[in-house]
Amino acid sequence: MNGEALAEIRNLRVDFPTPTGWLHAVRGVSFTIGREKLAIVGESGSGKSVTGRALMRLLPRRARIGADTLRFGGTDVLTAPDRAMRRLRGARMGLILQDPKFSLNPVMPAGRQIAEAWRAHKGGSRAEAKDAAMTLLEQVLIRDPRRVFDAYPHELSGGMGQRVMIAMMLAPGPDLLIADEPTSALDATVQTEILRLIDRLVSERGMGLLLISHDLPLVSRFCDRVAVMYAGRVMEELPARDLASATHPYTRGLLRCLPRLAERQERLPVLRRDPAWLADDAR
Amino acid sequence: MIVVQDLDVRFGPVHAVQQVSFAVAAGESFGLVGESGSGKSTVLRALAGLARDWTGRMMLDGQVLGPRRDRAFFRDVQMVFQDPYGSLHPRQTVDHMLSEPLAVHGIADADARIRRALDEVALPAAVRFRFAHQLSGGQRQRIAIARALIAGPRVLLLDEPTSALDVSVQAEVLNLLADLRRERGLTYLLVSHNLAVVAHLCGGVAVMRNGRILETLTDAELRAGRVAHPYTAELLALSRDLEG
Amino acid sequence: MSRAFSREWLLSDAPASRAQAAWGRRYQGWVAFRRNPLALGGLVVAPAMLALALAAPLLATHDPGTQILGQRLQPPSAEHWLGTDELGRDIWSRILYGGRITLGMVVAVVVLVAPVGLLVGAAAGYAGGTLDRLLMRVTDVFLAFPRLILALAFVAAMKPGIGSAVAAIALTAWPPYARLARAEALGIRSADFVAAARMTGASPLRIVLRHVAPVCVPSLIVRVTLDMSSIILTAAGLGFLGLGAQPPLPEWGTMIATGRRFILEQWWVPVIPGMAIFLASLAFNLLGDGLRDVLDPKQR
Repeated sequence: MNGEALAEIRNLRVDFPTPTGWLHAVRGVSFTIGREKLAIVGESGSGKSVTGRALMRLLPRRARIGADTLRFGGTDVLTAPDRAMRRLRGARMGLILQDPKFSLNPVMPAGRQIAEAWRAHKGGSRAEAKDAAMTLLEQVLIRDPRRVFDAYPHELSGGMGQRVMIAMMLAPGPDLLIADEPTSALDATVQTEILRLIDRLVSERGMGLLLISHDLPLVSRFCDRVAVMYAGRVMEELPARDLASATHPYTRGLLRCLPRLAERQERLPVLRRDPAWLADDAR
Repeated sequence: MIVVQDLDVRFGPVHAVQQVSFAVAAGESFGLVGESGSGKSTVLRALAGLARDWTGRMMLDGQVLGPRRDRAFFRDVQMVFQDPYGSLHPRQTVDHMLSEPLAVHGIADADARIRRALDEVALPAAVRFRFAHQLSGGQRQRIAIARALIAGPRVLLLDEPTSALDVSVQAEVLNLLADLRRERGLTYLLVSHNLAVVAHLCGGVAVMRNGRILETLTDAELRAGRVAHPYTAELLALSRDLEG
Repeated sequence: MSRAFSREWLLSDAPASRAQAAWGRRYQGWVAFRRNPLALGGLVVAPAMLALALAAPLLATHDPGTQILGQRLQPPSAEHWLGTDELGRDIWSRILYGGRITLGMVVAVVVLVAPVGLLVGAAAGYAGGTLDRLLMRVTDVFLAFPRLILALAFVAAMKPGIGSAVAAIALTAWPPYARLARAEALGIRSADFVAAARMTGASPLRIVLRHVAPVCVPSLIVRVTLDMSSIILTAAGLGFLGLGAQPPLPEWGTMIATGRRFILEQWWVPVIPGMAIFLASLAFNLLGDGLRDVLDPKQR
């Protein structure tokens, strides 16, 4: 990691109330992220999405959040007032979600949403906002920005919707981009394009990227470091290029249980979940 | 067992499937692979009688299939759907869902059969009276498989059965599907966007795009890279790339 | 093995029978429901009123029809708990017996209307196409009638009375249930579990009854409870207009109609039946609100 940390998380704990007691979604997660690309990988229920949202304090009110440190830039996310968090979100931290169908406003043309995002944080006239939006649409490699500007979200394909989403999130010029399963709803060919786009834009702008995903091989190609989560804890954190030589049995198990094209397998190796991974050890 | 000739399926103005032809022998496992919008799921649904506007010829075990399917057809052919969250009734217990096919076909001895069905998909008896929202994604998909197999079909139509599952759960379900096919001599028609999954489970593969079959090949040819169409090569390269 | 109906039994994650699973689900609904104090209030008051109405013969202090003209327009006292009306009849007893009539009408309407609306809507929504269009046009026809106008028409055609009032209300009350059920059915029509049901080879009737209708039931329950209050008001309104229960029957609306001229001096004569209507209406409303929060599928 180079330069100062954008976000620092030490011993994050998030619990949700259920009729039968507290659900411990995140149990002591720690990492820092600077102007680099960090991937948090885990299966469903690992707490990866909750971690990302905790950093932006976008969790439902009933969630109980605790941490030794939960800082973004100079702000203590745990204790900051709502107004301070609102200034952070969008302006300094952007969030891209999985399905643009649900995260874009269905009754507003795409271009206008980008322009609004730009205007909300940078001020300026409608005309300036429109220009800025058009420029952003070009930057996310949309071939026909005019058409997409006037189109409604349901008229756009999944990949284009995500590009619009990215443009919208980049409009205010944030320092950190949190992408929560940004390509899970997309086809394989489009997935790589979108990730490449995110990769390039983040690098060009010197931003940090927190990429949350379930797809270990995919993120390892686009990120500098990978943190593997299971049952609310980070099992292993390692540079992406060293993934093949991961040491934790969970990571290795995840990699091994994928079906491979290279050779024929009679049975796929099955991940054996060791209860020891859940044990409360000092981290 | 399954023969499809020149199948065309339309949804209003959309020509979802165009001139698709393939054949699956009894006991074989055949895969349709392609991206979204390729028409692969539509082919499956047309076979299952869930599509209305189609032309062409579809045959099951030598019998030509007409516009409607009858109860006997559903005794022989069953489907496992993609979304484990949508394919189970939100207000019925597992027991109720498994007893439905038995009740409709008039098969007796439901209690024993249900217990056996849960056993075969490696689910504990404890889940028998749970509701769908009390089960994990992997468990739901196992229930969907149990439901499909409980009346003793010969053909299983599998619509992206593991796409919505975690990778570790996917491995278990794929193993289960392979075991069941071997034990019961089932015929599988599998639809997926994941080349590796299709190559693992199927002997023959048809690559689809925009409603058409681009090429048909064996899994050995696919693994060896002996592909004819550039689109197949592109998909193969993408998958290989991620495998490392 | 935990004891049946103990908390442990209800919350067990491995129920041993469909009944246990169903009770467990109801218990969880109850736990969610009781967090809402207003809804609990509705849950207490609404059945209490129904119970009072049922137990009228046991709880009434006087015969509701007996006129004691020497004791007209008496204020509430130890002998007449809620006073007497303009013909010397005990109001408390009339309220109780009137509850039988008013609430009885409401229950009769609901019992007629909800199943019909559910079936029509579920069938229309599931079938789509011509059947849907046909059923919805029929629904539209009945929706076009305002209740009171239809009631007037019935009165012209038949005798005014409870029967024609119930018929009039029922005929105009069922269309919204059909629409509601249809909306739910449309929402799940293309769901995979419905496709799976079709793939068992089940007949369309079986699918509608056993698979589609159960999904529509929760929102119908909520709507029914909320509607009870408006049906109470309509029944009372009809009574007030002289189109429903006829005097001397102690129907709450009729009581207000005949007693309204005393509102300035002997206010209890029209106001007490009015409060009964208000209380019943409010209780069902609150109950319905609470049920909606619990039965809303999105929150489950």
